[in-house]
Amino acid sequence: MAYIQVEEGIPGIRSLFQFNPETGGPLCDLAQALLRGPSPLSAAERELIAAYVSHRNGCMFCMNSHAMAARCLLGDQQHIVDEILIEQNTSALSAKMKSLLLIAGKVQVNGKSVKAEDIEMARNAGAGDADIHDTVLIAASFSMFNRYVDGLNTLTPSGRWAYEEMGKRMSEKGYQL
Amino acid sequence: MAYIDLQNDLPGIRGPMVYRPETGTILNELAEILLHDDNNTLSRGDREMIGAYVSSENDCFFCQHVHGAMAQHYYQSEMSFIDSIKKDYQTADISEKLKTLLAIAGSVQKSGKLVTQEQIDAAKLQGASDREIHDTVLIAAAFCMFNRYVDGLNTWAPKERQVYIDRAAMRARDGYSQSGLQK
Repeated sequence: MAYIQVEEGIPGIRSLFQFNPETGGPLCDLAQALLRGPSPLSAAERELIAAYVSHRNGCMFCMNSHAMAARCLLGDQQHIVDEILIEQNTSALSAKMKSLLLIAGKVQVNGKSVKAEDIEMARNAGAGDADIHDTVLIAASFSMFNRYVDGLNTLTPSGRWAYEEMGKRMSEKGYQL
Repeated sequence: MAYIDLQNDLPGIRGPMVYRPETGTILNELAEILLHDDNNTLSRGDREMIGAYVSSENDCFFCQHVHGAMAQHYYQSEMSFIDSIKKDYQTADISEKLKTLLAIAGSVQKSGKLVTQEQIDAAKLQGASDREIHDTVLIAAAFCMFNRYVDGLNTWAPKERQVYIDRAAMRARDGYSQSGLQK
């Protein structure tokens, strides 16, 4: 049960948006801008970064929901999601995406872990400033979202169906409240 | 030097915020509500202190000095008082309630999963409301984002502490909403 009195039955971060709409507004706007706004990275690639960071943080709610959104967006390429999250197999990814996931993984640990050589590797694989910026801020923001969701012990559905519906909605409608 | 060309020379988080105003505006709005908005039963000083403490635990030079100076400004204290809280809040001269909130923030800094029912009970025993616990967790989580944004892009930060102290009064007056998005 959540550590604070949120409405029963509402899962994860949605229960917190409802508990405190004042912060829910900008948090949704941030997710929308980062995951759906203008970026050289596709929405699927950005959802993949979000799911990857959430996986590393052990945040089951964010991991499952963003993994499902990524599957919906990837269509017949959706096997990539399980390959990365479950098998740690990134062979289906471009060199650029591999290097960006490496940067995201370091941001998840601590901002200072990102080294100049990580950036150089991403640049050599074709990443530009905007790719690197968006990767760092998506990974940083999920370091927040994951802690918000788990730090207040919100409801995490265990059934896959809950995330199928959620992922579908996230892929189609994005994050506007 | 920052890892990307930010097209401005602003220090810390202000560099990437101006580089990318679409997200910079939202991040400022979040900081405003969490730290500056007076529709809150936690004092501005205590909220800034939670941000400074988490930033210190994350070893983020820019954020811990900006927000440490803000806390110092609101507390009307010496910087040594802020340093004593960052170093060991358990023995610092602060309320028992703030100690329980800093304990929760310290867990959030490491992982959301490390916050325990015992920590929540201890905070409630000291009179913390659900909203105050919510804000403590979200402030701590938000600084885990701000700190990573600042350090993950290797932004620069002024080395002299006085620079941060000198800016605190202006920031306290103006808030975060419109801050720093001008070059």
